[in-house]
Amino acid sequence: MAGNNPNSKPMNLTLKVWRQKNFQTAGKLETYQIKDISPEMSFLEMMDVLNEDLLLKGIDPVAFDHDCREGICGMCSLYINGRAHGPERGTTTCQLHMRKFSDGDTITIEPWRAGPFPVLKDLCTDRSALDRIQQAGGYISVNTGGVPDANEIPIPKNIADKAFDAATCIQCGACVAACKNGSAMLFTSAKVSQLALLPQGKVERKTRVENMVAQMDKEGFGACTNIGSCAAECPVGISLENIAMLNREYINASFTSENV
Amino acid sequence: MSWFSKTFTSSIGRKLLVAVTGLFLCSFLVVHLVGNLQLFKGDGGASFNIYSHFMATNPIIRTMEIVLLLGFLFHIYEALVLTRRNKSVRPVAYAYNRPQDNSNWSSRNMGLLGTVILVFLIIHLYNFFWRARFGEPNMIPIEGTEYDDLYSVVVQSFHLWWYVLIYVLGQIALGYHLYHGFSSAFHTLGLNHKKYTPAIQKFGAFFSIVVPAGFASMPLYFFIQSFLN
Repeated sequence: MAGNNPNSKPMNLTLKVWRQKNFQTAGKLETYQIKDISPEMSFLEMMDVLNEDLLLKGIDPVAFDHDCREGICGMCSLYINGRAHGPERGTTTCQLHMRKFSDGDTITIEPWRAGPFPVLKDLCTDRSALDRIQQAGGYISVNTGGVPDANEIPIPKNIADKAFDAATCIQCGACVAACKNGSAMLFTSAKVSQLALLPQGKVERKTRVENMVAQMDKEGFGACTNIGSCAAECPVGISLENIAMLNREYINASFTSENV
Repeated sequence: MSWFSKTFTSSIGRKLLVAVTGLFLCSFLVVHLVGNLQLFKGDGGASFNIYSHFMATNPIIRTMEIVLLLGFLFHIYEALVLTRRNKSVRPVAYAYNRPQDNSNWSSRNMGLLGTVILVFLIIHLYNFFWRARFGEPNMIPIEGTEYDDLYSVVVQSFHLWWYVLIYVLGQIALGYHLYHGFSSAFHTLGLNHKKYTPAIQKFGAFFSIVVPAGFASMPLYFFIQSFLN
């Protein structure tokens, strides 16, 4: 078995967990000791064990976001040991396993940090700013009626693949969390690229990018400086190329759209 | 707000201005480096002094000087506005952060590198540009005409070890700034293509080594020469 702890022995860990009562109060890191953690557990299962422990001790359990626990929904978050979704590349926190850690390790667990992602409680953040960017233009107009034939509109395979790659964004917000500038450009660019690449997205193409960038700025996200930490930490591997495409789309739309 | 000011005050619009002015400043670096290579000609500074005189008096160069100043001002102003915005996005910092696992040091420290370059630039302008334009350097006759002897100002300045050190440090900062900035500017302009991006990145790395090394070679050359003579 791959990982730092190949011998499946239970581990004892020190956890430093961000505790915050609600979005109005300041939080701080609390230290908890946790025993007999199986390397086979997922990170979130370890969190469940911690919470059972805390409940028995009469301590309020740690609130954290999670849903599918299959790496596809984008609900889980957590900044683990200084990295969005933890030390393993290309995975969400729910797909991170405790075998990546060693007995005796100290693990620091923090929420996503960004002004537009206010901490609601402990490790839960409000990421609806990303929803509002999506709502500002991340849609297409379609005619109602009969189901169109498959491949009715010819789309080159490489373009379809690029659009699909952009569409795999699960909107978890790791890009914002990992970015030094708290920029949401990888997210926004994935959504813009996905639709701009395809013929179905051409109708709203210019207005879409203008509105989505305006919303992104309005939400208070930072500006990209092409550092690349977003793409490096993205659990689904959204490429930095999308940001170049976003820039291209935005420049083109700004100078050629009829929105004055 | 008009569409124009809306575009250029947006996050992407400001990035665009930083990128365009940055590439313009890169073109200046090439001109400046190539011109100054005349310091190495070994003719006692004759061609360098004639070149300096041309640069200080030619009306096209004088006009470009103002454009260049505007380029610097815009580049710095827009970068400052963006940096201030970006710094305010994360009011509570991470207690534990490992950015070194996912990005380059130079890309994360463009503001710091830019500030070092600015400090260097002020010292550099004060010593050479200011003296050439407003000071009274000694005159030297070259082929019957009197020229300001800026060559001697350069040579004498670079006999001071701490002055050479300032220059070398300034060029190291410039190198790291260019290492990220050059290819990053193309990315910001939306130029990303399978065929051209790898070439742009390679050229950017080459540019970020050769140009600062070329500039740094001048103070080092005259410093070493001061020991040989």
